[in-house]
Amino acid sequence: MQKITLELHAGEIVTVIGPNGAGKTTLLRLLLGLTRPTSGTVRRRPGLRLGYMPQRLQIDPSMPMSVARFLQLGQKREKGESRVREAETMAALERVGVAPLADASLAELSGGEMQRVLLARATSRRPHLLVLDEPTQGVDVGGQGEVYRLIATLRDELGCGVLLVSHDLHLVMAATDQVLCINQHICCHGAPEQVSRDPAYLELFGDKVAPYTHQHNHEHDLSGGILPGDACDHGHSHKREGR
Amino acid sequence: MTQFSELLQSQFLWYALAAGLLVALVSGPLGCFAVWRRMAYFGDTLAHSALLGVTLGFIVQLNTTIAVGATCCLLAILLVYLQRRQKLSVDTLLGILSHSMLALGIVTVSLFEINVDLLSLLLGDLLAVGGRDLLLMAAAAALIAGLLYWLWEKLLAFTLHEELAAVEGVPVEKIRLALMLMLALLIAIAMKVVGVLLITALLIIPAASARRLSQTPERMALLASAIGCAAVVLGLLASILWDTPAGPSIVLAAALVFLLSQFYRKRAA
Repeated sequence: MQKITLELHAGEIVTVIGPNGAGKTTLLRLLLGLTRPTSGTVRRRPGLRLGYMPQRLQIDPSMPMSVARFLQLGQKREKGESRVREAETMAALERVGVAPLADASLAELSGGEMQRVLLARATSRRPHLLVLDEPTQGVDVGGQGEVYRLIATLRDELGCGVLLVSHDLHLVMAATDQVLCINQHICCHGAPEQVSRDPAYLELFGDKVAPYTHQHNHEHDLSGGILPGDACDHGHSHKREGR
Repeated sequence: MTQFSELLQSQFLWYALAAGLLVALVSGPLGCFAVWRRMAYFGDTLAHSALLGVTLGFIVQLNTTIAVGATCCLLAILLVYLQRRQKLSVDTLLGILSHSMLALGIVTVSLFEINVDLLSLLLGDLLAVGGRDLLLMAAAAALIAGLLYWLWEKLLAFTLHEELAAVEGVPVEKIRLALMLMLALLIAIAMKVVGVLLITALLIIPAASARRLSQTPERMALLASAIGCAAVVLGLLASILWDTPAGPSIVLAAALVFLLSQFYRKRAA
């Protein structure tokens, strides 16, 4: 990876997109301090609190741990603070809408629930910068848009900057301020509308984002078949479901 | 029965009991990490190097427990290092190290014509624990217990997600090393109790038995200790009553507890 410069500001959502192997994860690891750059620097505001949401959490079912305990894990245990911590935990769970899961076992969560719990953990320490690695991994299609809306709401509530890596292009475009399209280097960046018209972007994702349009001379019924009496003259075949 | 009460007055029995309990106490929580992190094979590999430790100790005239402890610790450090460097899977790496260490141990035994009691090494020699051994074991167990208590939260965070822990400021590499060294020390002191062959059992079985009865990691760790202690007492009793070897009897007792624990049903929440 080379020649990548990026700045993150409070209150701004920046999305990194790029094909597989483009270095999205490497970029994230560099920013998080998990990998050291061979050259170049990462400058952080002194005292910056990071909230990190990993792509997934695989927990061995032999580990008995409640969601609430997971959120408090690794925090300094100071006397007389347990009430405050308890309240913070519940607040974080409520923000992402999974407060009823506080006592559930971490190993028994569904994919969508786990993503929300991870998001709750990342935000429970009121971070200045929220770093999210593929936040909709394992979430069904219907829930994905919801996750992105949730991220935008969290940004408003916490006033933090957000950096997220993703490849669900459509959904991301709707909920981001800046898009950074990379493929070993920065291909293009800017506001989502601007990027989606950029030639470099279209070259990488063109076929995936160009909406499929065609002329219709017939009507479809609810199951996708062609209504009787209509002719079909465009390129794809319609399977008629037999009764 | 008179024979039994006479036995109760003999020192070696109390030494054996104390040694067994010491090991069971710390192998409970460490065993939980072995189960959570699926490290059973790690314990096995370290245990396989114990024979080499014994022979090295014999050659340089060092106490066996100390020699084994040092050998296991060195291997643990080597493992952590290799794991970071190698492209081979951990499984393969462990398979290579485990068996070459065992082979090296046996070869050195024959090269230096050392007279070791292989059977007691493999199956433990609990009833032969002396006062000095006990002191060493107590020191090692105290060190492990202290480290566990001190690093508990970090060890848990590290176990759940290494990178998340690293981002949140847990010194992941140091924690990994600490866990391996604790395991190495435990193996050095558990060798006397259950022998090289059965150490993994003492590590895994109590922890696995505690799983069904626990809702928090702390409870599972403490329960595993308690189950281990119960297994030591039961195994030792069986060993005295029926004159069976102590180490395998302890492991069998633990296995029995595990079987029983499987019948425990979670109460409806």
